[in-house]
Amino acid sequence: MPVTPKMVGARIKRREDPRLITGRATYVDDIRLPGMLHLSLVRSMYAHARLGAIDATAARAIGGVVAVFTAADLKGQTGPVPCVAEIPGMKLPHHPILAEGKVRHVGEPIAAVVATSRYVARDAADLVEVEYDPLDAVVDPERAVEAGGAVIHEEFGDNVAFHTEAPSPEADRAFREADRVVKLRIVQQRLIPMAMEPRATVAQWASGDRQLTVWSSTQIPHLYRTQLAEALHLPENRVRVIAPEVGGGFGAKLNVYREEILVPWLAMKLGKPVKWTQSRREDFAATTHGRGQVDYVEAAVKQDGTVTAIRAKVFVDLGAYFQFFTPMISGFSTMLMHGCYRVPALSSEQFGAFTNKMATDAYRGAGRPEAAFMAERLMDEVARELGMDPVAVRRKNFIPKDAFPYATPAGLTFDSGDYEKALDKALEIVGYDELRKEQQELRKQGRYLGIGVSTYLEICGLGPSVMLPPKLKAGGWESCTVRIEPSGAVTVLTGISPHGQGQETSFAQIVADSLGVGMDEVLVVHGDTATVQSGVGTFGSRGTALGGSALRMSLEKIKSKMKTIASHMMEAPPDALDVGEGKVFLKSDPSKGLTLAQVIDAAYNFKAGIPNIEPGLDATSFYEPTNCLYPFGTHIAVFEVDPETGRIQWRRYVAVDDCGNVINPMLVEGQVHGGIAQGLAQALYEGVVYDENGQLVTGTLMDYAVPRAHMIPHLELDSTVTPTPVNPLGVKGVGEAGTIGSTPAVVNAMLDALAPLGVKSIDMPLWPEKVWRAIQEAKRS
Amino acid sequence: MNKAIEITVNGQKQAYDVEPRLLLVHFLRDVLGLTGTHVGCETSICGACTVLIDGRAVKSCTVLTVQANGAEVTTIEGLEKDGELHPLQVGFWEEHGLQCGYCTPGMILAAHDLLRQKPDPTEDEIRHGLEGNLCRCTGYQHIVKAVQHAAERMRAGSR
Amino acid sequence: MIPAEFDYSAPTSLDEALALLGRQEDAKLLAGGHSLLPALKLRLASTPHLIDLGRVPGLTEIREDGGVIAIGAMATHHSIETSELLSRRCPLLTQCAAWIGDLQVRNRGTIGGSLAHADPGADYPAAVLALEGEIVARSATGTRTIAAEAFFVDMLTTTLEPGEILTEVRVQPFPAKTGSSYRKEPQPASGFAIVGVAVAVTLDGGRCSKVRIGVTGAASKAWRAKAAEEVLQGNAPEDAAIAAAAQQTTEGIEMNGDIFASAEYRAHLVRVYARRALREAADRARSA
Repeated sequence: MPVTPKMVGARIKRREDPRLITGRATYVDDIRLPGMLHLSLVRSMYAHARLGAIDATAARAIGGVVAVFTAADLKGQTGPVPCVAEIPGMKLPHHPILAEGKVRHVGEPIAAVVATSRYVARDAADLVEVEYDPLDAVVDPERAVEAGGAVIHEEFGDNVAFHTEAPSPEADRAFREADRVVKLRIVQQRLIPMAMEPRATVAQWASGDRQLTVWSSTQIPHLYRTQLAEALHLPENRVRVIAPEVGGGFGAKLNVYREEILVPWLAMKLGKPVKWTQSRREDFAATTHGRGQVDYVEAAVKQDGTVTAIRAKVFVDLGAYFQFFTPMISGFSTMLMHGCYRVPALSSEQFGAFTNKMATDAYRGAGRPEAAFMAERLMDEVARELGMDPVAVRRKNFIPKDAFPYATPAGLTFDSGDYEKALDKALEIVGYDELRKEQQELRKQGRYLGIGVSTYLEICGLGPSVMLPPKLKAGGWESCTVRIEPSGAVTVLTGISPHGQGQETSFAQIVADSLGVGMDEVLVVHGDTATVQSGVGTFGSRGTALGGSALRMSLEKIKSKMKTIASHMMEAPPDALDVGEGKVFLKSDPSKGLTLAQVIDAAYNFKAGIPNIEPGLDATSFYEPTNCLYPFGTHIAVFEVDPETGRIQWRRYVAVDDCGNVINPMLVEGQVHGGIAQGLAQALYEGVVYDENGQLVTGTLMDYAVPRAHMIPHLELDSTVTPTPVNPLGVKGVGEAGTIGSTPAVVNAMLDALAPLGVKSIDMPLWPEKVWRAIQEAKRS
Repeated sequence: MNKAIEITVNGQKQAYDVEPRLLLVHFLRDVLGLTGTHVGCETSICGACTVLIDGRAVKSCTVLTVQANGAEVTTIEGLEKDGELHPLQVGFWEEHGLQCGYCTPGMILAAHDLLRQKPDPTEDEIRHGLEGNLCRCTGYQHIVKAVQHAAERMRAGSR
Repeated sequence: MIPAEFDYSAPTSLDEALALLGRQEDAKLLAGGHSLLPALKLRLASTPHLIDLGRVPGLTEIREDGGVIAIGAMATHHSIETSELLSRRCPLLTQCAAWIGDLQVRNRGTIGGSLAHADPGADYPAAVLALEGEIVARSATGTRTIAAEAFFVDMLTTTLEPGEILTEVRVQPFPAKTGSSYRKEPQPASGFAIVGVAVAVTLDGGRCSKVRIGVTGAASKAWRAKAAEEVLQGNAPEDAAIAAAAQQTTEGIEMNGDIFASAEYRAHLVRVYARRALREAADRARSA
């Protein structure tokens, strides 16, 4: 029988694209509803202040202004902004929808102005008079946890949100017995996720049938619905959340924000649809930031380069309030700070600090970039102190490929890995040995070539449900329904909520191969709680691994039912049959069988009345993973540093990533490219700056350097394939790998370049002045 | 206070009375309903709002509607001709030059002006030519390929 | 994102524009709008009345007239960057314009708007100073010509008087054996100059008969580095002489500092970029 070309593994161009390249996609701000009102928010100019009188008289006097609300109007009407994360002993601050009595960061919303147009709403917001009594701002997380000074949440008495310890007698012993202790202080600066589409929410309340419909730029429509229903005291089935086209998220839309409760509340209160679209300045001040840690990390090392323990003290810059996952992000950092290395003992201590800033939360990688940075910087520092090659130190410490499943000291189980293979491939592509020779030659000429290696590892596809907090009211599972329509069209309803990742295409590829139908027969539906039965969402590199596995389960169920139906029609036992190539056929003689159309007709027409079988042809599955997934790879950055200016000139960037089996290599490349760009941006360009008064200095794109095309080098990608045994597809996630692998590669390259000058440390971002200054200081000492 | 304007958008004459402060991007989106042009910042950096005015790429968030009076404006919705995609649209599709798609219309129109000036650009020229457009998803590499793809098609005479 | 309300006029002659400006004391002139409109949108600036110069004829021309090159105030960065006349007769301006903003900004932004706005990070001031350019201003009472050196007063401040409109920039064409260079360190987010050094060098018998250096970005206003010019004047452009000259570029100037570049680093960069620009300009002069 003819074999249709396999779709899985092929570079299939995306089915999402036609609407996007012609301007016909619908993002939230594109939605226009009859009678729609517009919200503008009055936001705090101060980082920390007591609020006095709020006078909206002038604002209300403008034609077109419908209402102005403050916290007093909302009292008792809604629940607070939800935080689902729980850390033992943590203090959970009250997180109101509009500021109550005090403001705690620049950009905190104080009053809601609703008008008939966005222009009028904006004008009126300027006319709301707010009295502030400014207080000292708490900005530095290390100083924040010390006694004395301003307290952000008075009821707690201090700014320590949590203090956790994970001690280890084995680690203590390893440090006592170490030949050497290698120490680093690492600043993981705050970053702005900066999805191209700012956040936006539209809500409509149909009072007749008591149905609330909310369109929001979110990565988690189902989780948002659960939280929103609770906050507004509505039955969950009265709330429909739609994530239409979403213009990027990067973790910042894995959240439920004040505005996402306020806008629906306003729509219900005013009986009219309400739209709110964030300006970029608001996005910078009032959408979650990423990273924000200061790490004191040290490794116990033997003379041969073997690392026997890692110890870390981490100060976390949490911001003023907790968003969805705020206090749990840094936990991933210490859990994985040994990276892909066989380090027998870990110990850590964390201080969570309240600061007068926007909350930090998940941002592409969420704790794992911090972990990989610690591990990869430590390896280079060990190499430097012992006079070894950084590659040799890594080889010395790798978890060997025959050690899987590998139990880590933090209690995780690594699924599969072959770290040396990816490393070897990357070294070969970049020509490592020749580069080292060239580096020596150039140094003689007073030129500084840097070669930075990062053999990162990460954790994704979380995970067994027990790993997620109970207040989430969801687990690590994902849901998928596959319905074969009477016409033979295949509808996939997935609980993930892609916003650029391309699963409308990659899931269709899986369906096409599984059933032997054309890709055009398949429609992948997502992002609407009224049509998609259930779901968790898209984050943590989980979409394909978990959503795809749920899809696979449903396909198997459908195929099983098809075989049962066909067995009745063909009078052959079901297990003698198989499904594929658009047919149900006899395994022993594939020329004998039924077309799918015949089986589908039997399922829906049902005149034959198949015993013990229900009519119809659909299946819903909830895939619960048994473990997390651990992608890995090697990134190598090569550039020359101009010591006179501190600028770099790129030579090469090579990345060999291993995310297990690949559904669509083109999409994987896209994920890796984008991830690397964001990781390079942390290393080289981006950094949130708040001044000592808590003012956001990097408040617009004029001051926060999101890289442009010419600021990113040409990337050379390759891969190795080490499938995971955890899920039926053998896939690991790839959404965050590039971000995680690239940052340390760049910093290692910089310090490698400047090693002959005696430069040992430069904090990110590696702005030219910092590089120049480090060189000057090294020359002086 | 309002000013009468007449602007040809995607070949169609549009006559309106508008507030002088109405930004061209809001005229296109909110008045004409052409929502393919996006807003990504307020400081003329991100380029998501890029359209063509008389064939030249401009950031429509930094142009008042009244300034465009009498001009010809082309938005992403006007790029297809007779139901056929523009080579740049084809290039972005073929080479996976987009993920979330939010920057894409602006990126395509900036590339349109770039290719008008440099029909056979090098990778470096493309990267510099598109420095007025931010993309947060692709890392730009597939965008470079998309523009090269389009340039090749256009030189081969498909448009 | 949304400016406060203002009234708007689009005069179709310079006289009409001047008359409007005379009547409206707080009016602002709109040229390319790429500094003013973002400021209005962020509500860092406001105005009761915008006078759009976009429909005043004759302000976009670039022409050579009686041995002088005249650039209309409304000439865009793009038209300067791609001007055949300028690339042949005064390439420093095209070199400088190519560094401004991005493709879209260069399509709208104008030389007159940029000079009149006097942003410390703007590129043109360095080039116009190095070219010893003149700025032509019209008012209801007449026309006056301001030497570039006398034009820039301070951050966002020039010697333009209320009621005056900048209409033209005049520069001399390059003499024989002249080379130029513009070197810039862009602020990574905004693209404005952290430092921009514009240099024009004329050689006569292997020696520098004329050296002009303009610097922007580093201080509250652009300046001419005369002390540095003098070091090279009359000397051969050898590396040592160029290095010695470059050291003088920051003499007596108080530098700005921000998160990306402190005053000390800016001063250092000015000297490095001056040296590199002088080297390049002298090499170009040699082969000119």
